[in-house]
Amino acid sequence: MIHKIREWALIGMFNRMRIKKNIAISESGFIFNPTTGDSFSTNPIGFEIINLLKEEKSKDEIRAFILDRYFIDESTFEKDFYDFSTLLQSSQIAEE
Amino acid sequence: MTTKKPITIAVSGLNNIDSPGPGIPVIRALKESTIYDVRIIGLSYEALEPGLYMHKLVDKSYQVPFPSAGTEALMERLRYIHNQENIAVIIPNFDAELSNFMNLENEILQEFGIKMFLPTQEQFDERHKANLFEFGKKHDVKVPFSKMMFNTSEIHSLQQEFTYPMVVKGRFYDAYIAYNQEQVATYFNKLVAKWGLPIIIQEYVFGSEVNVTAIGDGNGNAIGAVPMRKLFITDKGKAWAGISLDDQKLVEIAKRVISSSKWRGGMELEFIKTAEDEYYLLEINPRFPAWVYLAKGCGQNHPEALIRMALGETVEPFDKYEVGKMFVRYSFDMIVDLKEFEQISTLGEL
Repeated sequence: MIHKIREWALIGMFNRMRIKKNIAISESGFIFNPTTGDSFSTNPIGFEIINLLKEEKSKDEIRAFILDRYFIDESTFEKDFYDFSTLLQSSQIAEE
Repeated sequence: MTTKKPITIAVSGLNNIDSPGPGIPVIRALKESTIYDVRIIGLSYEALEPGLYMHKLVDKSYQVPFPSAGTEALMERLRYIHNQENIAVIIPNFDAELSNFMNLENEILQEFGIKMFLPTQEQFDERHKANLFEFGKKHDVKVPFSKMMFNTSEIHSLQQEFTYPMVVKGRFYDAYIAYNQEQVATYFNKLVAKWGLPIIIQEYVFGSEVNVTAIGDGNGNAIGAVPMRKLFITDKGKAWAGISLDDQKLVEIAKRVISSSKWRGGMELEFIKTAEDEYYLLEINPRFPAWVYLAKGCGQNHPEALIRMALGETVEPFDKYEVGKMFVRYSFDMIVDLKEFEQISTLGEL
């Protein structure tokens, strides 16, 4: 039961996550946070997800988009999306 | 086409080394002035200050006496240099020489007509490392708790007020993080030997270091302020690369300090930004930093603004700067003829 609650909690996380307004993202996947001076680079899928978040798509919409476009099962998406979202937040690129 | 106004400016801090003085960046900003056609007179303390040999930037150089020689020796040397060069403005760039120049500001103006744009003695003293905690309270800025230390016998009692790690700072320059009593003693002796007493012990605040180069008009107006984060730090803690930030909270704090203290002249504010987005003022340097050329690169030519204010002009504050501009330093070997080294070493001018 505890395990299940934790799973639901994870699925519920990052539903309303958004990319901070002043974050600059280039076509090459280079990300610059002008407030902290940090810069990052992401792969094409990361770039796609960031752009979807910028368009204020919900997690459900992003999941549907990725599952439709790539050969990936739902649980792998959940795990990877959770990891990526955590990284975006800890890097101060995204906020809930 | 507008003609640029010719002007002769003397600048110190030509030590463009791994722990660089601000002289060369200040000169580069002045040489790129849109208002002035600048002739630069370099003021040097050592015959191996690299700026002495950068003839495209420094038109003529003169050795000046060390600050410890006092104001009379400095005055005498300036008399000689001014007779040769007809200097309009001096920009001193070393913390250690500022007191002499501040003490002589009126005398230099009266006797030679040379202008400077320096902080007052009171401003200089109250932002001193030893007084910074009180400065923070007065001007409503968070400052890590600090106290002066004069003797190694005080180390044991530090634990009553501080926890490890703590920062051990020299009177003018240099700082080390100490994790135990032995390290405090080692750094204490090292710093005393180099900069003298007192040593400042400061609470260690964890976060990322962000700095602001700024300039105040002496009436409470911040004429310019550009925040920067160091991207690459040398083993001496100096920025080898940095980037301008879009951090309006930081700019506002810098403007508040300038407004409240009525700061006059160039300055650098060093902060630690914590994970909770709190800013702690670590230090105020009473002159431009060695990375001031980044401000010029971002659209705010602070050295040019300082010259204008020194000449009595009213300067409108800069209202913007470019975010995401980087500076990256490099080292460069100049090939120098021994004759030049001989000339500056023996005749004191080059």
